[in-house]
Amino acid sequence: MPRSPRAEPPASSLRALLQNIPGFLLAAAPLAVIQPILSRIASHVATDRPELFARLGVHARKRFLIDPTDLPFVLVLSPDNNRPHLRAYRRTENPAHHAAISGKFFILLDMIDGTLDGDALFFTRDLRVSGDTEAVVALRNALDDFEGSALDSVVSSFGPLAKPAALAVSALRSMQASHRHA
Amino acid sequence: MPETYIRPELVCPAGTPAALRTAVDAGADAVYCGFQNETNARNFPGLNFTPAELEQSLGYAHARNAKVLLAVNTFPPAGKFELWRDAVDIAARLGVDAMIVGDMGVADYAAKTYPNLRLHLSVQAGASSPEAIRFYCQAFGIKRVVLPRILTVAEIAELHREIPCEIEAFIFGNIGMMAEGRCSLTNYATGLSTNMDGVCSPAADVHYEDDKEGNLTTRLGPFMIDCFAGGENAGYPTICKGRYTCSASPEAYYAFEEPVSLNLSALLPDLMRAGVTALKIEGRQRSRAYVKAVVAAFRKAVDDVMAGNAPALANLLALTEGHRETQGAYRSKAWR
Repeated sequence: MPRSPRAEPPASSLRALLQNIPGFLLAAAPLAVIQPILSRIASHVATDRPELFARLGVHARKRFLIDPTDLPFVLVLSPDNNRPHLRAYRRTENPAHHAAISGKFFILLDMIDGTLDGDALFFTRDLRVSGDTEAVVALRNALDDFEGSALDSVVSSFGPLAKPAALAVSALRSMQASHRHA
Repeated sequence: MPETYIRPELVCPAGTPAALRTAVDAGADAVYCGFQNETNARNFPGLNFTPAELEQSLGYAHARNAKVLLAVNTFPPAGKFELWRDAVDIAARLGVDAMIVGDMGVADYAAKTYPNLRLHLSVQAGASSPEAIRFYCQAFGIKRVVLPRILTVAEIAELHREIPCEIEAFIFGNIGMMAEGRCSLTNYATGLSTNMDGVCSPAADVHYEDDKEGNLTTRLGPFMIDCFAGGENAGYPTICKGRYTCSASPEAYYAFEEPVSLNLSALLPDLMRAGVTALKIEGRQRSRAYVKAVVAAFRKAVDDVMAGNAPALANLLALTEGHRETQGAYRSKAWR
């Protein structure tokens, strides 16, 4: 039943550069440096958006593997209201999880922030899911009720010192988005 | 002299309060939604509204001159009517602008208990003949019928002359060519009913599997329903949009429907001329991004028609299932 793969146009050097920026920037970052930031994100979301957990229902205690395929690590999210947890692992560690979501970093970010549609990303195969599909659907719907930019909300919780990093991410994101729509 | 039209209501989907606000801000005249249970046909995990969220959303919409319609459009099985009765009671108490019903028992309860509560007949009722629609109008005071997606525009115009209520027609989203409200494919595969449990292809029974070659296999319960090659566009994991083999066709083929979305943007003037009062966008299960893009595009298109201009048709292909769109039966019954 599978058909032959769709022919991909040759990647331009600009596209290749844009696609590789997140991985390039983070390739050398030790997980020990990233982990405190991730823990801060989890606790901020739990405090700022408690309604997220109500929407997740029984799935709030599950472990979601989030795999930004262009980054050198994967994340495991356990959105338990009492002990929210977001932890980075090297991809080779293959951490235990109930459900997995994978896609390029900025695509995942834009989906979480409500600027890209998860179903459309699934249709085009830019988003892949496996494992407990019901948990993934619940998480997707819960995050979609997360009005405004989750990234902006998290960045603001780090105070003014995080502003340059936020501006850099925003600029990269805009470049990627305009390239997607070109 | 330019043709004049009666301004149609743009009816838009919302699966969450954030999506409802997005729809209102993007130009919806009315937004439809459901409760977090089996009383509506999009009973998916993490989706829909609590009564408190509906109350807040009504405030948001009404402050901006938008209506909120509540879908209580599934069919209560014997012994479980209480859940549907409670939904009607809450809807009436909160003051929704209309309730969308499919079941005759629910319609009867609502009409008798809350005679001032406006009732719309859901597409789930599958009423497409003047006789059926007139029956619902006479028996339950139905004010608007949401038509099944099986009629041509010419048939809709004819129907309009023969029924005493308003017409709402789908213009974008799921094509839904089955006999609506009668589909039992999910029930057969999973034991849950689209029509009574409100869930088509329950996510707990959906399984995706990517192999090393990039092929994506989709299963519902014990049934393999499709396999997409690497790079090939995928569709929803529903039995009706799967590809199958049989003795007559060893090559896998779409036995029921294809992964394709309805898009009637080019037919808007024809629908408005045919007497359609409300134009409906499908997709309560979709994201805020979808709601914003589709509602804004149709807001502009409808406003263009009303102003006597050719509608500006935004490209919505990126949001369609399988990256394909059709005018379905609205253009011709020979479409498939």
